[in-house]
Amino acid sequence: MTATADRPRATGTPPTAPPSGRAPSDTTGKTDRQVRRIAFSQKLSRWDVKYSPYLYISPFFILFAIVGLFPLLYTAWVSVHEWNLIGGQGDFVGADNFAFVLQQEQFWIALRNTFSIFLISSVPQVATALLIAAVLDRNLRGKTFWRMGVLLPYIVAPVAVALIFSNMFGDQYGLINNLLGNIGIDPIGWHSDVFASHIAIATMVNFRWTGYTALILLAAMQAIPRDYYEASMIDGAGIVRQFFSITIPQLRPTLIFVIVTSTIGGLQIFDEPRLYDSAGQGGASGQWMTITIYLYNLGWGQLNFGRAAAVAWLLFIIIVLVGLLNLAITRRIASGDNPQKVLNRAARRAARTRRDQEVDA
Amino acid sequence: MTFSRRTTATGALAGAAALALVITGCASSGAGDEQTGADGDITLTVATFNDFGYTDELLAQYEEDNPGVTIVHNRAATSNDARDNFFTKLGAGSGLADIEGVEVDWFAEMMQYSDLLADLSDPEVADRWVDWKSEAATDAEGRLVAYGTDIGPEAVCYRADLFAEAGLPTDRAEVAELLEGDWDRYFEVGDQFVEATGGAWFDSAGATYQGMINQVEFAYEEEDGTVIATENPEVKAIYEQVLEASETQSAHLAQWSDDFFAGMANGDFATMLCPGWMLGVIEGNAPEVTDWDIADVFPGGGGNWGGSYLTVPAQGANVEEATKLAAWLTAPEQQLTAFDAAGTFPSQVETYEQDALLSATNAYFNDAPVGEILVNRSEAIGVAPFKSVKYFPINDALQKALTRVDVDDTHTIESSWEQFVAEVEALG
Repeated sequence: MTATADRPRATGTPPTAPPSGRAPSDTTGKTDRQVRRIAFSQKLSRWDVKYSPYLYISPFFILFAIVGLFPLLYTAWVSVHEWNLIGGQGDFVGADNFAFVLQQEQFWIALRNTFSIFLISSVPQVATALLIAAVLDRNLRGKTFWRMGVLLPYIVAPVAVALIFSNMFGDQYGLINNLLGNIGIDPIGWHSDVFASHIAIATMVNFRWTGYTALILLAAMQAIPRDYYEASMIDGAGIVRQFFSITIPQLRPTLIFVIVTSTIGGLQIFDEPRLYDSAGQGGASGQWMTITIYLYNLGWGQLNFGRAAAVAWLLFIIIVLVGLLNLAITRRIASGDNPQKVLNRAARRAARTRRDQEVDA
Repeated sequence: MTFSRRTTATGALAGAAALALVITGCASSGAGDEQTGADGDITLTVATFNDFGYTDELLAQYEEDNPGVTIVHNRAATSNDARDNFFTKLGAGSGLADIEGVEVDWFAEMMQYSDLLADLSDPEVADRWVDWKSEAATDAEGRLVAYGTDIGPEAVCYRADLFAEAGLPTDRAEVAELLEGDWDRYFEVGDQFVEATGGAWFDSAGATYQGMINQVEFAYEEEDGTVIATENPEVKAIYEQVLEASETQSAHLAQWSDDFFAGMANGDFATMLCPGWMLGVIEGNAPEVTDWDIADVFPGGGGNWGGSYLTVPAQGANVEEATKLAAWLTAPEQQLTAFDAAGTFPSQVETYEQDALLSATNAYFNDAPVGEILVNRSEAIGVAPFKSVKYFPINDALQKALTRVDVDDTHTIESSWEQFVAEVEALG
């Protein structure tokens, strides 16, 4: 922090300046600074300006290289070998592990489940969060109370959430089926039916994450200059119009962030489906077995790390692809980079016609 | 910019705190390695799961008798957690406790790596266990690598009130007589019960199957490890028999699900197969019910369900001391204490003649003489199923096949079997 604040001064001041002005060069490791040639000191300062920023951000990258990049590459190494949890590295098998996994019906079931759960959790989640945030953004009484309230589910441990919800979604004695029974609806097979089990799991996910997402969106909403709303109000725009024409376009970067993170989280979903029943294997016919559960079963159930690593890499590739797709879609939804453009009706109209033409084409 | 004194102080404090955390973090994780103190004091770590019945008092007693020994007892919540931990650290070559509890469910998998475990053979303890228990823990080279703790001899638990409703006898001796015979007899009485009451006879196909398959010596694998599960007519026959019966007799509850526990209390089913440790499960989940009872009988003779072992990983620093402690913990006297504390039925032959076990009764089960019943049931166990490496993944797949038909109702008996065959092939 000190260095950042002082750096501009340090470059401009002669070496005889007060010690405080030379603090940054200390960080490069030279402590003995009694008599030095001016040129070297200046060189130091120049290096300081050039390289210090990289030094300051380096902890992240060093840490990432150790705990992120290395495991990623090592997993790739494991995935092309026969690898037992205890026996360790076996023969090199090339793409055999990938081929095996891709030929398994279970993998495709897991893929289907993962996408299904991801879609029926993420889409409603972001939409609801957006609405909640919009409501919280207005002048409410007891603002802080409501804002903290929406975050409350997030601090409940996932294990506790899963326990409570799997109790509610019990097939014979669950709360929900009892309620349905009371109004004359047949009980739903929350654990036997594929889609019903996905709904139950998506409910758990949404319960935990909607408030969290809402708060992120709320923070972004608060940063939107109020002038826009005033100006649009004078133009006669209602709340709904404001929401779609100002709030959403202004939220674009945050929306992209939220959608990308929820994509990653959604495709890696593990806790909730694993705790959904006592066996934790995703159901007798894999009704709610997700890719991460499949990975876990291969790695720790069958102790076959080679195949598990192959699944991990496939999941990685899938997430990257879906992330890119999401990015492309999000850009289209929330078009318009700067506020002027947004408020300029002519431009908007032009954009709309352009879009329509594109759709037609 | 200069730091204000306050900032410096806070910074220093934060730094010191962080340092302290790192140091203590290292210290606690390193405790396992650095066990020999100045005066020869050692710390032994014991890792178990669920409830082995090793109370603090029991361990304190050992510490008292063996000055210089401190025991640290870590309990994992479930056997699955313990399994993951065990295999991960066994592979890594360090980090395991001095004594590790191992469940019979993953015992066969562990036996593949028996050379990573200490040889515990000792003439002094050789005749301690029922034969099949110690035989299973002896590897190909004749090394005994695990000491048996408990076993799960099975009896039949039943609801006296539901039996009365169906016009069946309710006294436990008469029930034992009624059910005496093979599985055909068990399902036959089941038919009578269902006809009379319309209720369910047993909890789930999965649990009942477990009792039946545990009476087959070579169910899924031959002695050389060849997988025969999908071709073995015996397996298929049991599978079909239990599922055909389950159509009318099962309560269709998946084992260990919330519904299953609720069913125990709600009287959803009249009987269930009852290893010793199941008594505690029933009592815990149906504390209000007064009609659960236990009969000294088991269809088809006897059967064992579950049970655990203690192992001493060779990677530990105090193998010798740990072996001594493991031997002490599995000695008949301590096993009786554990039986008292957690209902874990001992695998030590000597205890079966001791009054403490024989006279044990259980108030919840209408003062049933559980000690005597379980001793009888243990003696009736004739077959120790051969379980090799693939046994448990295969059994798991078969349990899922049963669930698909019995609980989920998504498959027919045939189509579910086909899926099971495919899953077993995928294990290859």
